[in-house]
Amino acid sequence: MGSTVRGPWLHASLPGPPALKEGSAGPGPESRFASYELGAPFDEMFDAAGDVRPHCRSLLDELLSSSATDLRGRQTEADKAFLAQGITFTVYGDDQGAERIFPFDLLPRIITGAEWATLDRGLTQRLTAINLFLKDIYHEGRILSEGVVPRSLVYSCKHYRREMRGVSVHRDIYVSVAGTDLVRLENGRFVVLEDNLRVPSGVSYMLANREVTKRVFPGLFNRYNVTPVAHYGQELMATLRALAPLSRAEPTFVVLTPGVGNSAYFEHAFLAREMGVPLVEGRDLLVHDNIVYMRTTSGLRRVDVIYRRVDDDFIDPLAFRADSILGVPGLMNAYRAGNVALSNAIGTGVADDKALYAYIPAIIRFYLSEEPILANVETYLLERPSDRAYVLEHLESLVVKAVGESGGYGMLIGPHSTAKEREAFRDRIVADPRNFIAQPTLSLSRAACLIDDQIEPRHVDLRPYVLFGDKVRIVPGGLTRVALRKGSLVVNSSQGGGSKDTWVLRD
Amino acid sequence: MLLSRVADSLYWISRYLERAEHTARVVDVAVDLGLGRGSTRDDGTIDLLYTSLELPISEPGSLAVAAFFDAANANSVLSCITVARENARQAREEISSEMWQQLNGLFLRLKQMRGDASRTPRTHFVSRSVIEGVHLFHGITDATMGHGEGGQYLLAGRYLERAMATARLLDRFMGRAFDGPSPPDQAGLVALLRSCSALEAYCRHYTADVRPERVMEFLLLDANFPRSVRFSASIAESALRSLGRLSGRRAGGDAERLAGRLHASLDYGQVGEILDGEPHLYLTDIGRQCARIHSALYRTYILYSIDTALPA
Repeated sequence: MGSTVRGPWLHASLPGPPALKEGSAGPGPESRFASYELGAPFDEMFDAAGDVRPHCRSLLDELLSSSATDLRGRQTEADKAFLAQGITFTVYGDDQGAERIFPFDLLPRIITGAEWATLDRGLTQRLTAINLFLKDIYHEGRILSEGVVPRSLVYSCKHYRREMRGVSVHRDIYVSVAGTDLVRLENGRFVVLEDNLRVPSGVSYMLANREVTKRVFPGLFNRYNVTPVAHYGQELMATLRALAPLSRAEPTFVVLTPGVGNSAYFEHAFLAREMGVPLVEGRDLLVHDNIVYMRTTSGLRRVDVIYRRVDDDFIDPLAFRADSILGVPGLMNAYRAGNVALSNAIGTGVADDKALYAYIPAIIRFYLSEEPILANVETYLLERPSDRAYVLEHLESLVVKAVGESGGYGMLIGPHSTAKEREAFRDRIVADPRNFIAQPTLSLSRAACLIDDQIEPRHVDLRPYVLFGDKVRIVPGGLTRVALRKGSLVVNSSQGGGSKDTWVLRD
Repeated sequence: MLLSRVADSLYWISRYLERAEHTARVVDVAVDLGLGRGSTRDDGTIDLLYTSLELPISEPGSLAVAAFFDAANANSVLSCITVARENARQAREEISSEMWQQLNGLFLRLKQMRGDASRTPRTHFVSRSVIEGVHLFHGITDATMGHGEGGQYLLAGRYLERAMATARLLDRFMGRAFDGPSPPDQAGLVALLRSCSALEAYCRHYTADVRPERVMEFLLLDANFPRSVRFSASIAESALRSLGRLSGRRAGGDAERLAGRLHASLDYGQVGEILDGEPHLYLTDIGRQCARIHSALYRTYILYSIDTALPA
């Protein structure tokens, strides 16, 4: 992929190779960049000519002046910090109950204040429109009547909830917490890859990564003017406050988790602690006369706002999946009666359906009469015969995704696929075209990572977290996920992905 | 305001930590006794120590390692620490991060030691590190967590477990001392005191003149020694009284009443009287009373039925 540029920038941009520190072992600093390739993808650290981007200058200097041993030591320190905090996941199928940390890359990814300002406006615009859209489709359905979004597309979505028809949602806030996946293309522009509007996770890693990075790179952190992220818990609390029913003078808030077995349990406990509210499981709650209570040592206590990290399907066995033991029987009725607020509302998944995604720019124009600030990725809807014909012709160059899947599953990455895999996907597409979309294979931008003592570029994305309550609140930055396997485009943690800290600079 | 499920977890965190600490200390004493006596079996003190832990008897060397690391045994130290940690995970938003990190670190160190133990079974260092780890956890708790309702569950669990463990150990030794044919062995009594970390405190109280009835008096009825049954009952009682007050559930006085009765019977107990009666029954009854306090605690605060708690 692209031509290999071996370090011309080093000589072009540095007065001379820095002297090795006395006594430092191992290869010199220049050779640490020996396998750094600049290719077609946008590189977050160097421009196309191989010169370091101005805002990455200090980071480069830090890397050049640190020995391999030093960097390795910092990586060990960082990994230990995650282990000590118990930020781990259990490896299934291992009877020793081995726990691993999520791979963490040491080097921060840096975004300028100007770049962030655009993202901030674009995300605000997008989520505002999405909330108007959700209100509309669950009430009068103007956008459907006017034919801007096909009725069949909405009603055939498996995350569309009939139960929400005509239900009034306090302040019309359906999505109060969103995690929007952005990628940066060759031209340096960020585009939206997908919206996560149900129970987006990962924000605790954004916070934990920052804590650890500050500790292992204190000097570097000081040389930059980085906007803080640590107040996310307070911002989330303020957002949830806006959802509380007005009739309740002193509302009670809880975080609802599926339990310790869930891979994001650490995050649920973390957010509950940050906000100072109880972390409850379904079995701690009960509904009586359409009021939700939790079992406390002082007896039953009424619950007013639930930040739920349980999917719609599992949240109430009486309304949705009857086999769910994670939910609260009767919760949906209490919700419909307006006696409890849920964040996010039920039925928001219809707006992050991968086929509906293609209509988000139209949705923004329809409700806000504005042009979208953040572009979408070009998307083929396989339900459309013309799109389908094109996609089936060009499977080897496209990415095909199942609309209801997430976590990097149910995907065909054309250029990395075998003829057999493409055949199998072709059959699945023809059998159920509504269930698939296709997009061109994107060249995700790459950021410098520490890989086996070498600095090498790896593909990254960015998931900022957008809060929508009394107003839109976005903590600058987000979670940068990185595909640590060389050449891989899949950043999901379930598939060999890791993460790194994201610094948004104050310009 | 405390979730019932979280209260349950807090209570078990400290019960399991107490059990781990107790086991680590008893095993340390047993291993030490074994070293002093060459390869021959002693008069049974070592057996008494191990059987008080309810571990299967096998070879002494491997027994100590098993007491620490046997995953199949729910009472092994590693099992106890593992369950304490799982409970801490469940109560993560209630305990401080410092407490969690201490417990998590202890667990990780112990797992690492398990790998080393098969090569060099220097169990004394394992014992020290468990005991210190648990003490540090208590200190961190004291310094970083509110002393409100959650803290009282930690106290109640820790001291109920301790009262039961000391009473059980006393019963194993004293049943033999007072009912059996052979008089108590001096070394056995010292081992008993050391198993409760009580040798120095005993000597300061009675001098180094170690006699069975005095040992009984000290471990059962001393008002100030932190591992005596009486002291443990008094802390458990005060924790339960606080729980009644803090939860606002006056109706839930049963646990408090039972703990108060146990404490009072020890406050007004006298060693001569107990020994003249049936010490074995007296000691096993203490275990039974602790179990009743536990059940009352659960009925009132944790597993109460919904219809008793619905708003009018």
